Amino acid sequence: MDFGLSEEQEMLRKSARDFLQKECPKQLVRQLDESDEGYSSELWRKMSELGWLGLPFPEKYGGGGGSFLDLVVLLEAMGYNVVPGPFFSTVVLGGMTILAAGNEGQKKGLLSEVANGKLILSLALTEPSVKYDDAASVKTTATARNGKYIINGTKLFVNDAHIADYLLCVARTKATGKPENGVTIFLLDSKAPGIKCTLLKTLARDKQCEIVFDNVAVPKENMVGGLNRGWQIIRDVLQKAIVAKCAEMVGGAQAALDMAVAYAKERVQFNRPIGSFQAIQHYCANMVSDVDGSRFVTYKAAWKVSEGLPATMDVAVAKAWTGAAYSRVTLLAHQIFGAVGFTMDHDLHLYYRRAKAGEIIFGDGAFQRAIVARELGL
Amino acid sequence: MDFHFSSREEAFRQEVDDFIKRELPSNWVEESHFWPGGYGTIPDFEELGSAAELFRHRLAEKGWLTFSWPKEYGGSGRSNMEQAILNECLSYHRAPGPGVATLISGPTILLFGSDEAKRDWLPRIARGDIRFWLAYSEPNAGSDLASIKASAVEDGDDLVINGQKTWSSGAHVSDYAWMIVRTDPDAPAHKGISLVIVDNNSEGITIQPLINICGFHSFNEVFFDNVRVPKRNIIGERNRGWYYVMAALDFERLVVPVGGFKRTFEELVQWAKETKRGGQALTDEPLIRDKLADLAVDIDVAYMFFWQTAWMLDKGLVPNIEASVLKLVATQLSRKLANTAVDVMGPYGELERGVKWAPLKGRICTGYLDCISGLVGAGTSEIQRSIIAIRGLGLPWGGS
Repeated sequence: MDFGLSEEQEMLRKSARDFLQKECPKQLVRQLDESDEGYSSELWRKMSELGWLGLPFPEKYGGGGGSFLDLVVLLEAMGYNVVPGPFFSTVVLGGMTILAAGNEGQKKGLLSEVANGKLILSLALTEPSVKYDDAASVKTTATARNGKYIINGTKLFVNDAHIADYLLCVARTKATGKPENGVTIFLLDSKAPGIKCTLLKTLARDKQCEIVFDNVAVPKENMVGGLNRGWQIIRDVLQKAIVAKCAEMVGGAQAALDMAVAYAKERVQFNRPIGSFQAIQHYCANMVSDVDGSRFVTYKAAWKVSEGLPATMDVAVAKAWTGAAYSRVTLLAHQIFGAVGFTMDHDLHLYYRRAKAGEIIFGDGAFQRAIVARELGL
Repeated sequence: MDFHFSSREEAFRQEVDDFIKRELPSNWVEESHFWPGGYGTIPDFEELGSAAELFRHRLAEKGWLTFSWPKEYGGSGRSNMEQAILNECLSYHRAPGPGVATLISGPTILLFGSDEAKRDWLPRIARGDIRFWLAYSEPNAGSDLASIKASAVEDGDDLVINGQKTWSSGAHVSDYAWMIVRTDPDAPAHKGISLVIVDNNSEGITIQPLINICGFHSFNEVFFDNVRVPKRNIIGERNRGWYYVMAALDFERLVVPVGGFKRTFEELVQWAKETKRGGQALTDEPLIRDKLADLAVDIDVAYMFFWQTAWMLDKGLVPNIEASVLKLVATQLSRKLANTAVDVMGPYGELERGVKWAPLKGRICTGYLDCISGLVGAGTSEIQRSIIAIRGLGLPWGGS
């Protein structure tokens, strides 16, 4: 057993932290959070130059040939710095889908463009019913007509669709039979006629959108992964996405802990640093347990996914623990910061907001625990 | 033992309910951002400010802002239980209630003020004509409030005030500061503080907005630069201000928005009943039922603390640690209500006001942010626990 990162991963971690501290100051985070676009093209370009946007893709597709575990290391650093932008949508949700299921032409054409920072992707999966485990919840239809497919329906809570060049739309192509055998993924130009995208203002200011497809025509060549084979692809991608989200949350929780501990040491009340009070000490100790626990379960799940081992149970455990832990950590940090943490100018709310969004997305604790129970044979 | 309300109390509840429905704009309950137990979403700081002011004047005309005062100063001679019923109904309708002037300043002046001070201030407070803000916290005096530095030095008939206050809720929409200042720098911390009323329009006062995480301008930083205040504005005895401030905590005991918890909870339940997932109402799912029932239990417990405090006051008993327990219970419930609501609603709970898919006008999203403030404002949860442990249970104080 080895809990350590490789030398290269340590270097990636350190260089990512240093880079983001310099290039993505909280002032920029705040500005992007409050903007409609939610990303900086300059930062995006620099991330591309560093090889981050192609990190998990093979070199023959213009990527860095890194492992999923490498990506997780990078995402933890990004979570630490609460980096806004479509990295998750493009590289994790979009890129991983194309890598897993795209044909050679799609991989060559799209992944290298993603790596070059030329393409932003968005995965249009969830619908108003927001079910992550139920193929039947995919109601958006794609109907074959004259060599094309015509898409109709509404997708909701789709991240970064408003700035995406391409959408990966998960649609129903067969109404009968088992629901999971009638779902197909289509690659769509986001500007195609009939697509209406509306930005939704949210707690975490994470640029979720509503997308309405009104008779949107897509060539059948734009299918990703074959007719009626989309659901299994989505399941595999979601497994990676959940671990990736956990990695972001580990980073965020670590940052909230670091901020709170530093403040507990310097803030003086009753003629002593508040960190000398046992109540505050216990809060900090609880935060450490939460952060470390999160990191262990997340990296175990990430390692299994990276190695191609069965990981259903581990992924659910990681999300169940990490989601709740991040919220707990930011809440305790708020207790330590008191009123100053309740101001918009303070950094802590950037984390508090994202913690709840992270807890909810891809299924909350109750949802994940149901999977754990199933895996236990209950 | 009897857990019924008397027929007089029931009649009063009906009267209050009718009054609120008549006097509050019909869209108020929908439009208000009010989150029970939070300090960041008060109508006075929102677009509803002028309607809030008007409603408060109507309450003043009824004598309901000055419930327990002697009749000569506008009191109405009603019981604390009736006061509690009023407060419960107000918060159920998210209506503006008593402010600093009627809740803290008025009763303090009644108890400790000179006859001159009573004449100066009470009639205007009772009419709802003037509003106060609490000038207590400073950048380095939060939980350790007695360490305030803002100073007042005598100069002829005036005091000259210098210093800074912060987290000053509503300072920008008020007329006077209800302020604690250090008047004896040589005395022990608690014994050199005086309570003084300062006109917001005095020369030398600068009010700078602070935006809270809900996006509202609720509180401020306020700077005092050689601000002159007539000495007659000192309330009670010089250097006894700390004790008046502590005593005034008693007056806030019944201002816990139990009705607000109930209202938002009812709306959450209604939403869950009407929302279908896979052909089934959310309220048919065991996990959702458990979360909602868990909240109902907590709300019931909070109500019991609330009514019990009113009952004690009417019996002439002095609630001791109850104020801290009530504050702790209510603000924890505030947080739990917000958290559970987002859990029940999932991503819908994250939507802000203005988004067409946002349930309950985005109140849950704002509430999830505002619920932080209850846990840290007006004495953090940690300070409340220390009060309960030390003052209530007699445990030793471990600080310096």
